[in-house]
Amino acid sequence: MTTYSDPPSESFRLSMLVNDTRYRSFTFQFIALILLAGAIGFLGINLMRNLALLGQDISFDFLGEPSGYDINQRPIEYDSQSTHMRATIVGVLNTLIVAFLGCITATILGVVAGVLRLSNNWIIRKLMMIYVEAFRNVPVLIWILIIFFVMTAALPPPSAFRGDDPDSSMLLGAFAFTNRGIYIPRPIWEPGSGIVVGVFIASVIGVFAYRRYTTKLLYDTGKLLPRGWPSLAILFLPTLLVFFILGQPISLDLPALKGFNFQGGTQIRGSLIALWFALAIYTGAFIAENVRAGIQAVSHGQTEAAASLGLRPGRIMNLVVLPQALRIVIPPVISQYLNLTKNSSLAIAVGYMDLTGTLGGITLNQTGRAIESVLLLMLFYLLISLSISAVMNVYNSRMQLKER
Amino acid sequence: MSDTHAQSVGFVQQTQIPPSPPPAAETGAFKWMRENLFSSVFNAILTLLGLLAVYALARFSLPWILNGVWNAESLSGCREVLDGNGGACFAVLTERWNQLLFGFKYPSDAYWRPTLALVLLLVSAAPVLFSKLPRKMLILTGLYPFIGFWLIWGGSIWVPVFALLGVVAGYYAFKKLEKQSFAMGFFGGIVAAVVFWWLSGFVEPLLSRIIPIALEAVPSRDMGGFMLNLILGTVCISLSLPIGILLALGRRSDLLIVKWICVVFIEFIRGVPLITLLFMANVVLAYFLPPGTNFDLILRVIIMITMFASAYIAEVIRGGLAALPKGQYEAADSLGLDYAQAMRLIILPQALKISIPGIVNVAVGLFKDTTLVSVISMFDLVGMIRGPILASTDWNGVYWELFLFAALLFFVTCYGISQYSQWLERQLDTGHKR
Repeated sequence: MTTYSDPPSESFRLSMLVNDTRYRSFTFQFIALILLAGAIGFLGINLMRNLALLGQDISFDFLGEPSGYDINQRPIEYDSQSTHMRATIVGVLNTLIVAFLGCITATILGVVAGVLRLSNNWIIRKLMMIYVEAFRNVPVLIWILIIFFVMTAALPPPSAFRGDDPDSSMLLGAFAFTNRGIYIPRPIWEPGSGIVVGVFIASVIGVFAYRRYTTKLLYDTGKLLPRGWPSLAILFLPTLLVFFILGQPISLDLPALKGFNFQGGTQIRGSLIALWFALAIYTGAFIAENVRAGIQAVSHGQTEAAASLGLRPGRIMNLVVLPQALRIVIPPVISQYLNLTKNSSLAIAVGYMDLTGTLGGITLNQTGRAIESVLLLMLFYLLISLSISAVMNVYNSRMQLKER
Repeated sequence: MSDTHAQSVGFVQQTQIPPSPPPAAETGAFKWMRENLFSSVFNAILTLLGLLAVYALARFSLPWILNGVWNAESLSGCREVLDGNGGACFAVLTERWNQLLFGFKYPSDAYWRPTLALVLLLVSAAPVLFSKLPRKMLILTGLYPFIGFWLIWGGSIWVPVFALLGVVAGYYAFKKLEKQSFAMGFFGGIVAAVVFWWLSGFVEPLLSRIIPIALEAVPSRDMGGFMLNLILGTVCISLSLPIGILLALGRRSDLLIVKWICVVFIEFIRGVPLITLLFMANVVLAYFLPPGTNFDLILRVIIMITMFASAYIAEVIRGGLAALPKGQYEAADSLGLDYAQAMRLIILPQALKISIPGIVNVAVGLFKDTTLVSVISMFDLVGMIRGPILASTDWNGVYWELFLFAALLFFVTCYGISQYSQWLERQLDTGHKR
């Protein structure tokens, strides 16, 4: 009887742009787009006018010019005649070096402190709490400076090592702690050393293979082979054997006092030590908190169940709690690594020549290319953090609990 | 019955024997030590190692602190007093106390102003932090930005007064227009405030001449010391909260363009270290402003740190928004609330409550990061220590005392804030968590 027909199509009115939810979103987005374009245009025009006033332009040619400054820590060949580009690469490598060292040290410190914070030993628990709170609540810059001044002001100068009855002596005859840095022995790679290193890498792989094999054997047949001493044997015996058969192709170059300074060995500068230790201790405190939170997030029933199976406390931790806690702990720890890498830009405060010190420091000041330098600087850090978060996303999706 | 019993049994205890105390090894300090310090061989070793560490630390630091010299003119003066004994030279703190707190350029007869501003800050922050205090104190909180600005920067009183009146005008316009739509009220309020400020720009100099009430004006480049850290921390955190909320809402919105603007902004800021942003404030920002504009470094730094903090706060709040059950959003929709109402009345109050610990974390981190401004040669607490104080001939070489003092100041502030946050979390816990 009644016939349904389409409602009369309303003609479009201008007020619908604001009042009709179908069109309103377009209006808002259009306004946002215009504002954005306006802001970019405003900044761009200002930039053009400023550059024109100063007679500058945007160009990256300066990267090809000789830098004219020296860098005290060079992972690759570099001198003052090298280009700014090369200085930048040295800076990148130095950043990566300190970030890598820092991350490893911070992880060790953090995991140890985090586990010990849950220890049933009162004094250890309190000490770890003091460590975590003291370092979490004080700016990392202050810690970097404290360690740096300790390194440069409290340690003896190389001259203190001279004479028959020196004020300071080298540790084990191989390590010298001076205010110019720490000198450690450096390995000298002679022909044949490649084989030793190759054998060592092979034995590391061998240890993993052996452990896999014992696990598989245990699951398949229930036979438990010893794991501790065979692993050690596989790790060291072949390498030592090859090392002596080939006639000790790797020797150590010990630092020795010659003239006013130490010669030989590897010098680790005070700035690197300050940055490395301060970042590691600071980030370690945060990682400790993440580890503690992760362990506490594993439900108590798991610990009790493991205990009722008759596992010892150490094994409960290793086999039951930590694997489950790891799933919770790793994402925040990775973002702590990211923070450490970003904080390594504080190197400039102690004169460590990382990327901020070379590209953002001396190169910027010498060439006056502020925009280009800061842009490159930001792009580098952005690249690192985006790639780390990409890794984290992959990890998260792989580690996600596969639920029913 | 009992009679017969009494004959057959030689002795019947008439009263109950009081329970005997547990063995000495199972009570008091002894038990506690056995359980907490020496429960196993491994634990005993750990305890001894811990005690050793404490002893080693105390052996060096206690004499150092106790022998400390509090009154001397310079490091050499300290050494004379110490006379070869090991000891700290805390005299640097007493002698340079004002420099450490206020920087070296702030007029010394005006030190009461930042001090008063800090006290007022604590008073006006109290009602926000503790909900049990009388709500009327919130009026002071609302007035504080203007009072604080006037106290620290000085100048004519009419500048903050007109700024305040502009805000009032904007709020009045917002209330008038809000009935039509929230967006209308929002933009109307902003327009009203801006128009008022623009107009008052003509009136203010006139009024300042007729009724001159003014404090001595202090330019921003004279700010320094711990005061600068506090100013940067407070201003940037309070500015970044509203911006962070907007960014978080934008990132979760359905409007594609708005969403992508927010995503790019947040990820960019979070991906670069604060130092590069400060470099940008220092050397690059001037390129992007109209030629001839030259506003001071503090303001540029505040803009950059605010951008930095707001990106982090946006992520925290986004977490809070995501943690809210979807039912809350649907319930708000089903009540017929529009977007602004739903967010203001239903979603944000709950989401912000969830995000409080995260926001406090960001605030503490940001406050610590304000020391980074010393890298671009501003004289905050760390900048003062590294620059004027350690470089002076009197105090060249007093590292420990100065840096430990700085560390202590930051520790007290940051630890206090984080303890507050934990207390607040317990207060806000509605008991839904298992």
